[in-house]
Amino acid sequence: MELPNQTRDTLWTLIATPTIWALHFLFCYVVAAYDCAPNARIFQTIEGTRIAIAVATIVSLAAIAAIGWRAFREWRAGEGKSPHSADTAEDRERFMEFSSLLLAALSFVAVTFGAMPALVFVDCR
Amino acid sequence: MTDAEETLVQKAQEERLEAVWASPKGWRYWSDVNNTSIGIWYTATSFAFMLFAGVLGLMIRVQLAVPDNDFLTANFYNQVYTLHGTAMMFLFAVPVFEAVAIIILPQMLGARDLPFPRLSAFGYWCFLIGGIFVCGSLFFNAAPNSGWFMYPPLTTEERFTPGYGADIWLLGLSFIEVASIAAAVELIVGTLKCRPPGMRLNLMPLYAWYVLVVATMILFAFPPLIAGDILFELERLFDWPFFDPTRGGDPMLWQHLFWIFGHPEVYIVFLPAIALLAMIVPTFAQRSLLGYSWIVLAAVGTGFLSFGLWAHHMFSTGLPAISLGFFSAASEAVAIPTGVQIFVFLATLMTGRVIYSIPMLFVSGALAIFVLGGLTGVMVAMAPFDWQAHDTYFVVAHLHYVLIGGMLFPLVAGAYYYFPLAFARQLSARLGRWAFWLMFVGFNTAFLPMHWSGLVGMPRRVWTYPEALGLGTANMISSVGAFIFATGFLVVVFDVLRPRGRQPYAERNPWNAGTLEWLAEMPGKTWGVRSVPIITSRYPIWEQKNFIADYDAGRFYMPDAEEMKRETMVTGVLDAEPIQVLRVPGPSFMPMIAAVVTGAMFILATFHYWMATLVALGLTIASILVWLWRGTSFIPEKPRKDVGLGLVLPLYTSGPASVSWWAMFITMTGDATAFFSLVFGYFFFFTIHGDFPPPGVDGPGLFWPGVSVVLFALAWAAARLIQSLNSAGRLGAARACMGLGGVLALGAGGALLWGPHATGLEPTVHVYPAIVWTLCIWTALHAAVGALMLFYCLARSLCGLLTPTHDIDIRNVALYWHFMAVMALVTVATVALFPLASGGS
Ligand code: HEM
Ligand SMILES: [Cu+2]
Repeated sequence: MELPNQTRDTLWTLIATPTIWALHFLFCYVVAAYDCAPNARIFQTIEGTRIAIAVATIVSLAAIAAIGWRAFREWRAGEGKSPHSADTAEDRERFMEFSSLLLAALSFVAVTFGAMPALVFVDCR
Repeated sequence: MTDAEETLVQKAQEERLEAVWASPKGWRYWSDVNNTSIGIWYTATSFAFMLFAGVLGLMIRVQLAVPDNDFLTANFYNQVYTLHGTAMMFLFAVPVFEAVAIIILPQMLGARDLPFPRLSAFGYWCFLIGGIFVCGSLFFNAAPNSGWFMYPPLTTEERFTPGYGADIWLLGLSFIEVASIAAAVELIVGTLKCRPPGMRLNLMPLYAWYVLVVATMILFAFPPLIAGDILFELERLFDWPFFDPTRGGDPMLWQHLFWIFGHPEVYIVFLPAIALLAMIVPTFAQRSLLGYSWIVLAAVGTGFLSFGLWAHHMFSTGLPAISLGFFSAASEAVAIPTGVQIFVFLATLMTGRVIYSIPMLFVSGALAIFVLGGLTGVMVAMAPFDWQAHDTYFVVAHLHYVLIGGMLFPLVAGAYYYFPLAFARQLSARLGRWAFWLMFVGFNTAFLPMHWSGLVGMPRRVWTYPEALGLGTANMISSVGAFIFATGFLVVVFDVLRPRGRQPYAERNPWNAGTLEWLAEMPGKTWGVRSVPIITSRYPIWEQKNFIADYDAGRFYMPDAEEMKRETMVTGVLDAEPIQVLRVPGPSFMPMIAAVVTGAMFILATFHYWMATLVALGLTIASILVWLWRGTSFIPEKPRKDVGLGLVLPLYTSGPASVSWWAMFITMTGDATAFFSLVFGYFFFFTIHGDFPPPGVDGPGLFWPGVSVVLFALAWAAARLIQSLNSAGRLGAARACMGLGGVLALGAGGALLWGPHATGLEPTVHVYPAIVWTLCIWTALHAAVGALMLFYCLARSLCGLLTPTHDIDIRNVALYWHFMAVMALVTVATVALFPLASGGS
């Protein structure tokens, strides 16, 4: 069954979710480093950074979830059977969707991990 | 056709193919560029460097065998361990991946060759020259001696490290890094565009997925190191104070840039080895690998996550705890995809009928050792634990468990597995068993005790230790183990090198594998593939009917070389539908010459022979131009050709359909990464300074950068315009734009340099002027290259080699100019606008 608005998967859609992880990671690192630099007043608190990270995390997780959900829906609706090793454009598409789903799950976990330090640390020590 | 006629036709086809793809004879053999020859030289050379580095490892162990030893002097010891680590990582672990991939990737993809054979040859010669230069320095007691990561200020100040050691490291390795990137470009384009018809992304061998991921990682990991090397050399040669805190610099920047490279490097080494396992395991389980998508997940996921780990090598540098937390979290997250791969292999083995053989023996050894290394890795990824273990032998133990288990054992497994493919004969199973047990037992004897000695307090990189430390016994055991391990490895080396004239050829597909590379005949043919097969499954030899017979009879595509030209097929990225027949160049000494003069340039610069360096630079540019002019974008004698089975394909394509456009795109991505690493440097210095630019420093002002940006915009517009003018056949206008664009580009670069000059920025005084100058020079050099490209197109157009329908060159140059424009904008925004925005002068 073809879903309406099927997206065509490519290598770019495959790496969308880990790219979001990378941007989120970079963002967290940069705001914290900027806030704490030059790392002289180490007891200075970092509310702003923590809020910014919280917001970025929610946005990233939502985006990853949406992309993962899309992949999941299209993958389930498709008819291909699991190893997706048939010689058809259809099965290639299913394979890409399933792999995107797996990557979305991994990215979701990795973003969650990445946000946790902001829960624990309150200053620049 | 009758059978007899068909056989005659086939014979004639085979003769033509053989003649076209034959390696040159005699001394001209060294002008060969075919992937099989280059791949074998490359592999052999990297193993030679490995043996050299291994001997250094043994020297370390002899020195440390007993307390208070004086087998080596302290200074020489430093050179030995530095070169051991450096050679193992830069001259063995990374190059051997590229080397092996150059041999087997085209075979796996049913391609006759990779798209840019001469580029592979260039990479090989660069590697050989650079490697000999770096290793050779040891014999003059002039080797680098500050550890494989060269931390400043130890390495930037003459009083700590007199002599040329650090320069040899920096320039020698930068040169090799360029070669690695060249190979990476080649491998990415090869995987994406040279697959056989029908090999869609979901049917690609997993090895190819790994190659794609790893080559892309190289593209993003090596440029930061190159940027670091540039800053480092500017400091060593011209006293620009990037890492000198008294003038605003900071040694931490080097640590960041080095480890942004260094950690992904670990995975760049590890993933290709796992890729070999992904080919070996299905063969000996005699079933398809379970969880294909899971492996793709693991490869891509690891590729990304490994870039978020760099600061776990900097846990003890006093970064804020929250920053350490981010890196610690990513380091634990990367264990997930790594674990997935191990479980997929185990599951495949458990559900198949496993055939025990020498490659499988090494595979099991690899898994056992690697899992232990992975466990200690999870331990040191926790910052508090690392504070204890950092710079002790615990880390030495960890890194060898990961590298030897995760890389060397799989590689040896791969050597046993693929030896028949390269040399048509089997390695001895009896010797293999000896080698395995010696290596396995020796390895654990050597490195297991190091966990303990490290935790007890044996520091890493120490020349000797007092008896009272009580570590004599542990160290003696380690040293004995190292020699047992080395003996085991020598058994492998002996088996590879012993003359095997009387040994019969291996049978075809000796392991009964399912993937394309095993189509090769024994002994192999230089043509790569007899005919380019149509693929409909992941394991064609197992699953496609009549496959080998059809292939042998040339019943697939391109069974002939009618025009006596080397050709391979180009296909689409997603579904591998045929697009083009690509003419690939044959043997030539040009790549070797280009490598020799490029190498000369780096080596002369190391010893500060500036005039000679300039001459070498001129020769380098000249040789590259000659190479491009004579060896690229040929205009074929006819537009299309019949490739068999009723398919007619074009012989020439340009723009995104052509492989060279992709190569340009990928190269520029790497180039942009190096550029952004320099920009990162600017902002890094900004964050650590209250005032940046420092008070009293005005520059580079707004005027000249402004002029420059306008000129850049015009040059970019010209480059864009040329493409459409040329396609429209308005050659006069197009040529005028080429000349004008080139001049504008030169003007733009000049204006950019004039800014800091006119405002009197003095790079040796403070890091601010130094980094501004660096960004401006980088961009101006790119403008000069862009101008050269436009003039090159002009000359090609005047000679009739660039025409409205044959426009590869100008399309690629236009692509370059897109990147150039972004670079110019970012540079000007950073050096001219940012100081205003941040409230500076
Ligand atoms: C014959 C086998 C080997 C032996 C006996 C050996 C021995 C050693 C020892 C004792 C050290 C510590 C030096 C010190 O801290 O003073 C060391 C460091 C190192 N080894 Fe090995 N090793 C071997 C193989 C390898 C392999 C196969 C690789 C990588 C592919 C490798 C990569 C490294 C690296 C990167 C270092 C760190 C160097 C530094 O501290 O700058 N080694 N090795
Ligand atoms: Cu690391």
